[in-house]
Amino acid sequence: MMKRKNTRVALAAAVGLTVTALLGTAGSALAADAIKIGEINHYKRMAAFAEPYKNGIELALSEINEAGGVIGQPLEFIYRDDQGKPGEAIKIAEELVNREGVAMITGSILSNVGLALSSFAAEKKVIYLAAEPLADGLVWEKGNDYTFRLRSSTYMQASMLAEEAAKSDAVRYATIAPNYAYGKDAVAAFKKALLALKPDVEFVTEQWPGVFKIDAGAEVQALERAKPDAIYNVTFGSDVAKFVREGTTRGLFDGREVYGLLTGEPEYLEPLADEAPEGWTVTGFPWYDFEEGANKTFVDAYQAKFEESPKLGSLVGYMTAQSIAAAISRAESVDTEKLRQAFLGLEVDTPVGRITYREQDHQSTMGAFVGKTTVRDGEGVMVDWSYRDGANYLPSDEEVARLRPASQ
Amino acid sequence: MGLFIAQLLTGLANAATLFLVASGLSLIFGVTRIVNFAHGSFYMLGAFVGYSLMQVLPGAIGFWASVLLTGLVVGLIGVIVEVLVLRPVYKAPELFQLVATFGVILVIQDLALMIWGAEDLLGPRAPGLKGVVRIMDEPVPLYDLALIAITPFVLFALWYLISRTRIGVLVRAATQDREMVAALGVNQSWLFTGVFFLGAGLAGLGGAIQLPKGGADLLMDFNILAAIFVVVVIGGMGSLPGAYIAAVLISVLNVFGVSYLPQSTLVLMYIVMAIVLTVRPYGLLGREEVVGEHGQVGEPERPIKPAGTKARVMVAVMLMALLALPLADSHFLVILTTDIIIFCLFAASLHFLLGLGGLVSFGHAAYFGGGAYAAGLLVVHVNAPMELAFVLAPLGAGLAAFIIGWLCLRLTGVYFAMLTLALAQLLWSLVFQWDEFTGGDDGLVDIWPAAWLSEANSYFYFTVIVGVGGILLLRHVAHSPFGYALRASRDSQRQAEATGINTKRIQWMAFTMAGALAGVAGALFVFSKGSVFPNELEITKSFDGLIVVFLGGVKTLSGGVVGAASLELVKDYLTRIEYWRLALGLLIIVVVVLAPNGIVGSLRKAWERLRGTPADEPSTTAPVALTSASAGTQESER
Repeated sequence: MMKRKNTRVALAAAVGLTVTALLGTAGSALAADAIKIGEINHYKRMAAFAEPYKNGIELALSEINEAGGVIGQPLEFIYRDDQGKPGEAIKIAEELVNREGVAMITGSILSNVGLALSSFAAEKKVIYLAAEPLADGLVWEKGNDYTFRLRSSTYMQASMLAEEAAKSDAVRYATIAPNYAYGKDAVAAFKKALLALKPDVEFVTEQWPGVFKIDAGAEVQALERAKPDAIYNVTFGSDVAKFVREGTTRGLFDGREVYGLLTGEPEYLEPLADEAPEGWTVTGFPWYDFEEGANKTFVDAYQAKFEESPKLGSLVGYMTAQSIAAAISRAESVDTEKLRQAFLGLEVDTPVGRITYREQDHQSTMGAFVGKTTVRDGEGVMVDWSYRDGANYLPSDEEVARLRPASQ
Repeated sequence: MGLFIAQLLTGLANAATLFLVASGLSLIFGVTRIVNFAHGSFYMLGAFVGYSLMQVLPGAIGFWASVLLTGLVVGLIGVIVEVLVLRPVYKAPELFQLVATFGVILVIQDLALMIWGAEDLLGPRAPGLKGVVRIMDEPVPLYDLALIAITPFVLFALWYLISRTRIGVLVRAATQDREMVAALGVNQSWLFTGVFFLGAGLAGLGGAIQLPKGGADLLMDFNILAAIFVVVVIGGMGSLPGAYIAAVLISVLNVFGVSYLPQSTLVLMYIVMAIVLTVRPYGLLGREEVVGEHGQVGEPERPIKPAGTKARVMVAVMLMALLALPLADSHFLVILTTDIIIFCLFAASLHFLLGLGGLVSFGHAAYFGGGAYAAGLLVVHVNAPMELAFVLAPLGAGLAAFIIGWLCLRLTGVYFAMLTLALAQLLWSLVFQWDEFTGGDDGLVDIWPAAWLSEANSYFYFTVIVGVGGILLLRHVAHSPFGYALRASRDSQRQAEATGINTKRIQWMAFTMAGALAGVAGALFVFSKGSVFPNELEITKSFDGLIVVFLGGVKTLSGGVVGAASLELVKDYLTRIEYWRLALGLLIIVVVVLAPNGIVGSLRKAWERLRGTPADEPSTTAPVALTSASAGTQESER
């Protein structure tokens, strides 16, 4: 008789092997009685963003633990790669919560992974601090009791730019944004905010290149064809580089105001070097111009530790670890319900100042730096910048209550 | 008018890169029959290598020398890949090599990250070509004009090489009939290596030449992959002028699409492809596929038979062990196993199509994701109870497969595969773009199972029953008359038709059934994760399925399931280490080289060697795979 290697045999053998291996690793817990936090991110898929973020966390952790940790215990992050897939992130979250016994989870850059983790958090009653994802839905339409968000959202940053745009004479606007949820949210928020401030504004064209698949030459021609007074740009990463280059070559930006969401972040501005656009109004992170105060201290400490310049992600990572430490200290426990209570209205002193996790929608009041781009010594930088407190760019409490079914 | 011409020029300039990369893919496929998934990686390497060379070599001469050198360097990398990775597996079943090329993708991704770092690199501009000229008052970048001028030269040089030189004669001969060329004494391996050098070199050139219009980043490889497959298929596999026409067509249409239909950027290319393939099934300049070696390539498949008593007992024991898993008191183990069973069902459904039906679908994720979305949409929009959504999900996925199957089954071989890919991408872009209904990229969330299944353990049991049930059902169907008819249609359409089997209908039913079962897997998935996002419908998900089916062994009944379980387990471990893609890629390559019959096939062989010659080893001349139920013997009809 021929032996057929059977499906189940192989599967079960494999499962058996895992059991042994898993039991083997489970015993070797890391630091004795450290408080563990699960950090899930796209370390490979978005390495350029995730690495500085991780460094920021590490910097904060070393400071926290040197000062004796939180509630007398060292704080420790467990970093895991989710390949940028929401389903994978959920699996890892299950593992972190159930096997590693983490106190809470945090992480993600992509909004969709953030939303998946947020839904998981509500279902399994685990605290999730969404550090970087920008989607407004995280705290509003799809907000829930267990999810908090640190970074200033799409809505907040778009409102800051709309405020600037309303000051100019431009009335004919063109928009260009990546063709997915983030791009659409960013355009909708900007339109809404700008029309509220200046009702005679007209949007003459909307361009929607595929994310990271921009056909820059064609987009520039299409924008030019609409003859706008001003352009609102939401593209980022390799897309914005191509857009800036084609647009500059073809003279698209001559005599036009340009507003760029996130374009001033070192993640996107640095690769452009001396080709960085001149005079765009952007949100970003001008670490190079801090002269004193907490911002400067953070930048110096970061550069001393990693011998590289900080990105915006570094700041977000740093503030993530700070926020978590503050919440645990306030709760004096890692119990989920106590942590949840502690996060409500939690105040944290960060490099950009004091931020508050709002009780009404769990959004922190972290703001953003708004300024103009220019080239200085062959580098793209922001000048004439100022820090805008996020608290001033959120909708009224009544509107938030309407936007957030979870709080009704 | 001026704008129209300027737009036309932009489209022509964009076509340059697309043509260079696609022509390489087309050449490689034409001669070696390898669907080279790693072609995008060669393109990415071209961009990075070109960038580095341009930092060293100054001036205009340096720039163009860098471009040419990049072609050479990437061509040599292609040779290394061909010799080390692909040469050992040429004898493996058809399309098996694509698993190896997938391993290469992973390795190159991590190596590029190690060497060039994570940050996007902005390409240097071409010296002397930084400005614009005004054509009818519209600005046109000089570099665009250079690109437009260069491409016809490349096309001409390639055409000359292929149609006027001895090498070209051999390449064309090999494209038509590899065995004949070998029989005439041509050293095939050097021919293949040479073609790989040329193909990879062209991809490298494409990567370098686009630098002044973009740069180098780590997502380039997958970003261009779909586009170049589309170009090759529209042009006709193996046809260089076809690739050029298709590249121009796609690029120019895209420029006008951007201007007049800005929302169309994601779907346009797939719609063009679907239309072209409907009108001209072998592409614009392609010929009917001559590949069709009658029956199967390589070693014939063994007859399948029901499991013996011993095997049945073993299955039962293992199933018991599986059911006892929650007693191990490891919550995560239960979750992990749930994931694995779901993936196994997905793989088994694809394996059913691919192994038994011989229908290589490159878009199977459409039905997995389709099932998941069908369930998710029902829950989110009409508040359907989980049970109802769960039952309707496979119907939705089955319906999608029913329609797509009808469209695709008029084609065969690689064209069939490509059309399934195109239609799957259409479905993906529909889901991705239709925010109001599908949630777009933000997906559908809060789709959790009903209360009686909300415990991880009870959902685990549910998954075991449904998942293993589905796998057993597929296995049972393989032994049914329908399964025999399906295999008959695969092995010899003509003979099967002659015995009265309506092969197209059989294949259509199989396609629908595989789709419906993938939909079951999708429904299990959505309720275990509580959410679903468009990436479950994406190309990469389809590729994941293909990889595990080939890795497990196409010509074995359990291949899909074993491959899926092994890969998921290995991934769960490897993703914990820093350079897991490198490790996983190398592991896949090693497995591919060591086990060219897939894990199951090769283990079986090793086992037989260990025990001496098996009693019923089929000799290569004996009738195989086809049984009395469907057709007679499998002698050559040619």
